[in-house]
Amino acid sequence: MLYLGRAPGPALAARVQAACRAVEQVLGADLIDLVPSYTSVLIIYDPLRSDHWSVLRRVRRALRQMGDAQCSDSVRTVVLPVYYAPEAGADLEALAARAGLSVQQVIDLHSATSYRVYAIGFAPGFAYLGPVDERIAAPRLATPRPRVPRGAVAIADRQTAVYPAVSPGGWNLIGRCPTRMFDPHAEPIMPVGVGDEVRFEPIDRERFLALGGEL
Amino acid sequence: MRVVHPGLLSLLQDSGRRGQHRIGLTTGGPLDRAAFDCCNRLLDNPAGSSAVEISFGGLQLEAQVDTFFCVTGARMPVLLDGREVPRWEVHPVAAGQRIALAFADGGCRAYLGVADGFDVPPSFGSSATVVREGIGGLRGEALRADDVLPCTAVRQRRRLYLPPPQQPRYQNTTTVRLIPGFQQRHFSRPQQRRFFSHPYTVSERCDRMGYRLEGPAIECALDGILSEGICFGAVQIPPDGQPIVLLNDRQTIGGYPKIGSALSLDASRMAQLTPGGTVHFAPISPRAAHRALHLAHRFAAHQRLPERGA
Repeated sequence: MLYLGRAPGPALAARVQAACRAVEQVLGADLIDLVPSYTSVLIIYDPLRSDHWSVLRRVRRALRQMGDAQCSDSVRTVVLPVYYAPEAGADLEALAARAGLSVQQVIDLHSATSYRVYAIGFAPGFAYLGPVDERIAAPRLATPRPRVPRGAVAIADRQTAVYPAVSPGGWNLIGRCPTRMFDPHAEPIMPVGVGDEVRFEPIDRERFLALGGEL
Repeated sequence: MRVVHPGLLSLLQDSGRRGQHRIGLTTGGPLDRAAFDCCNRLLDNPAGSSAVEISFGGLQLEAQVDTFFCVTGARMPVLLDGREVPRWEVHPVAAGQRIALAFADGGCRAYLGVADGFDVPPSFGSSATVVREGIGGLRGEALRADDVLPCTAVRQRRRLYLPPPQQPRYQNTTTVRLIPGFQQRHFSRPQQRRFFSHPYTVSERCDRMGYRLEGPAIECALDGILSEGICFGAVQIPPDGQPIVLLNDRQTIGGYPKIGSALSLDASRMAQLTPGGTVHFAPISPRAAHRALHLAHRFAAHQRLPERGA
């Protein structure tokens, strides 16, 4: 496990990305898989081809060479349309009431921010985005829902995400995104990758349905 | 091979999915890697050829071609047209014959392979079925009655077998060697002593994602951590203090602290335990873990597999 810093943020996200590339290069075929996340990269190597010490030595060298310079990569921005409404996000009104804001203010705050993709996991295509404006941050539901619909846009603490498939979940639902977040038959399979920037664009019901959204 | 009866949980598996964690896909693959590998070795198949993992038993197949098959792993009696045949041995099967697996009375995962393996198109580079993701196998699901598992007719194959003294004996207790993890320092000495000195019981909540154990609760100085990658065998300690050993179908990232990581060989053996089984943890250094792994692989590769009737 490689830790690259303590406080998650755009600078660290860029460093995590750069470290992934450097580790891939230096380990080559000894590498089985990588899991980038907020502040860390899990390196899974083939223990029959290499060992702990060789991997450690090579990764240290790669990180030294990486320095700080490579962290200023240009970032791709992906815009995801969202239909924000109580009929599309069951917790939208409750979240607004809890925050002492109007529904429109919640929508404005959620769609005004550019988010970073910090990690992908939990389920195929589930991208952890953040940070959410403090005013609309909300704790997970006490009892998770057994069935969250595909495309549900949700908030948990200062994170936000789009559910890529129907699944159980305890995040606060505020809207629905018609874009498929994970489609094994599409190219690319996912519209976003770790390190990308994501912005949400409010759309109305008609546009949502026209884009293939389902209620 | 046509599925007459799928049993409780039968899944097509190869050696698992690699390099797909970044889109959130887990590895899948055989829970008992040693038994799966041995099945392919006995059949003279390329390593990692697709086979069926049968949990608990009950699978019935009808051959549509003449070929050879082999069953390894848990003690599930194997019947060929109603007549019991030994496990860990290659047998010919003719079109129209039925292979039936009874329920296990030792271990719970068995592997049924055929000569040249089942020919399943890979998704994301692997045929491994992960039901939670709906990926792999025939439809991303467990086998169902009337599924047809593609395999080719094979006319000749050596009938290798693993001599009984070398076959694993599955008991419902095992020792899992644990490589200390990066969060171990957040578990106090007394907590670590408690973890390593008490047996843990396999709970009802044990599946391909992970085995939840029950025993003395372990306290961690951390409530949670920023979500980070989880490797095969990672031992998470959630707030209730009951360890979870994460296996093939684990989620790729999670936010519970980890006391360490089970040696893959042992996590694989642990997956043969059923609820009520006993797990003892023992610490092992990374150096000793490497040695144990290499030794096990060399032993398996050089194991002499005699030929029936030769």
